[in-house]
Amino acid sequence: MIRVRNLSKSYRERLAVDDISFAVGKGEIVGFLGPNGAGKTTTMRMLTGYLVPSRGDVWIGEHNMATESLAGRRLVGYLPEKVPIYTDMTTRSYLTYAARLRGLDRKRTKGRIDDVVVTCGLADHIDVILGKLSKGYRQRVGLAQAMVHDPQVLILDEPTAGIDPIQVAQTKALITELGKDRTILLSTHILPDVSAICDRVIIINKGRIVAQDRIDNLSATMNSGKRLRLTIEGPAEAVSEALRRIDLLVSVTFQKPHHYVDYSFDQEPQAAITRVMVERGWTLLAMEPAGMDLEAIFLKLTDDAGSIH
Amino acid sequence: MRNIGIIAAKEIRSYLNAPMAYVVTAIFLALSGTFFAAYLAGTNYSDTSLTGFLDAAGLLILLFAAVLTMRLIAEEKKLGTFEFLLTAPVRDAEIVLGKFAGSIAVLTAMIALTLYFPLLLIVFGDPDLGPIATSYIGLLLIGGASLAVGIFASSITSNQIVAAVVAGGILFGLWFLGIAAQFAAGGLGDVLSYLSLADHFPDFVRGIIDTRAIVYYLSVTALFLFLAVRSIETGRWGQGQ
Repeated sequence: MIRVRNLSKSYRERLAVDDISFAVGKGEIVGFLGPNGAGKTTTMRMLTGYLVPSRGDVWIGEHNMATESLAGRRLVGYLPEKVPIYTDMTTRSYLTYAARLRGLDRKRTKGRIDDVVVTCGLADHIDVILGKLSKGYRQRVGLAQAMVHDPQVLILDEPTAGIDPIQVAQTKALITELGKDRTILLSTHILPDVSAICDRVIIINKGRIVAQDRIDNLSATMNSGKRLRLTIEGPAEAVSEALRRIDLLVSVTFQKPHHYVDYSFDQEPQAAITRVMVERGWTLLAMEPAGMDLEAIFLKLTDDAGSIH
Repeated sequence: MRNIGIIAAKEIRSYLNAPMAYVVTAIFLALSGTFFAAYLAGTNYSDTSLTGFLDAAGLLILLFAAVLTMRLIAEEKKLGTFEFLLTAPVRDAEIVLGKFAGSIAVLTAMIALTLYFPLLLIVFGDPDLGPIATSYIGLLLIGGASLAVGIFASSITSNQIVAAVVAGGILFGLWFLGIAAQFAAGGLGDVLSYLSLADHFPDFVRGIIDTRAIVYYLSVTALFLFLAVRSIETGRWGQGQ
């Protein structure tokens, strides 16, 4: 449903998005990750037709956004990073305006609004002036306007920003539910959100895609059999010190209560580790291969961006 | 057309929900009424014309058009709602025309409220109705052109005050070109006079509908609405508005 080919955007001197390509299929929820200033918002603004790309193409459904922007925009619901709120309108009048602008007739508009205020938890705030709503409720209104016309594609820029943990859980459940028969691209820098609801992630840093894959594949790729998780009974500091002396290991980290050791994939350090533990009289309770979690992948990829892929 | 109507209706509702339009209308009516009455008193009620009102009305409409339009686009940029509007399946021109239609509806209502001046004249005297009708046509044409300039000014900034000042600058500049024309010699003077917002209005007051004047006001309106559309389009090429 979303296809992006060789997309770039430069602002005067600065290259904000640098030659990225990806696709998001129907029924897929894809997380768009990256540190602040990585180019997430700029990319989403080009997908929704708010900005014109410097180079490259965007298709929404069958529509090239350069030539059939209106037809493409009709398929999209968009929650911008800065939640668009007309402070003088009520929830109902705003959602009506949003639905009518996207081509719904009066009757359908009314029905859809009745639906989305329930799904987004706004039923008690339907006639409240938007300027008086709290940040969390504004975020819900932002989500409601994005889905009021029942779009096939949802593009959500930081949908969980600024809302409390209970609302985050509700929003995640809602996105999962919506994603069953729609296409969703959501950006965030909160990693647990992504691993919980997304099928796939695209990681972007300094305007370039540094990785895009299914979460489990990504973790396997990064791991490639090079990391072990050790559970050792003994003084943590001394254990780390002793592990570091083993030549076969590339790095040693301690994250209570486990030690993690990385090694190059053509080595087998298990015997050496066991030997050291026995020599020092520490008990090795467990030794198992460990995949990296998303956070570790993310930090590693954005740390040395460009070296992967 | 449908989208223009939806946007215009939303803008009219915004005007009615905020104090601005009421304050502007109240001040406009108070000032217009004062000029209208003061002139009649000055002639010892021997004249039955709108002269006092019409001498001031052009400039008043210029001023209040700048105030009425300053928030139309600038505020959307500040609130972040412009991103909502520009990603809706709506043409940039429909956005501009919708806002223009909404604001001209409010301005027309404001001007219509002065219709009690001619009514008073009819009740207490025997005014010449032809010139009064053409004067109102002239006021609406000046109003439309002023609103277009205001919408353009609002499209180039996210600051309402800047928008009002820019609109005021352009409008007063165009208005007082007529005075500059009086000092300029020959051909240049004629050109300046033709470009002046003020110099076409006296014909309407005299009851004359001159096509050149109508073409002039409609051209100014179209030009500035076009510039507003281009200004929005240009924003899409940059960093966002």
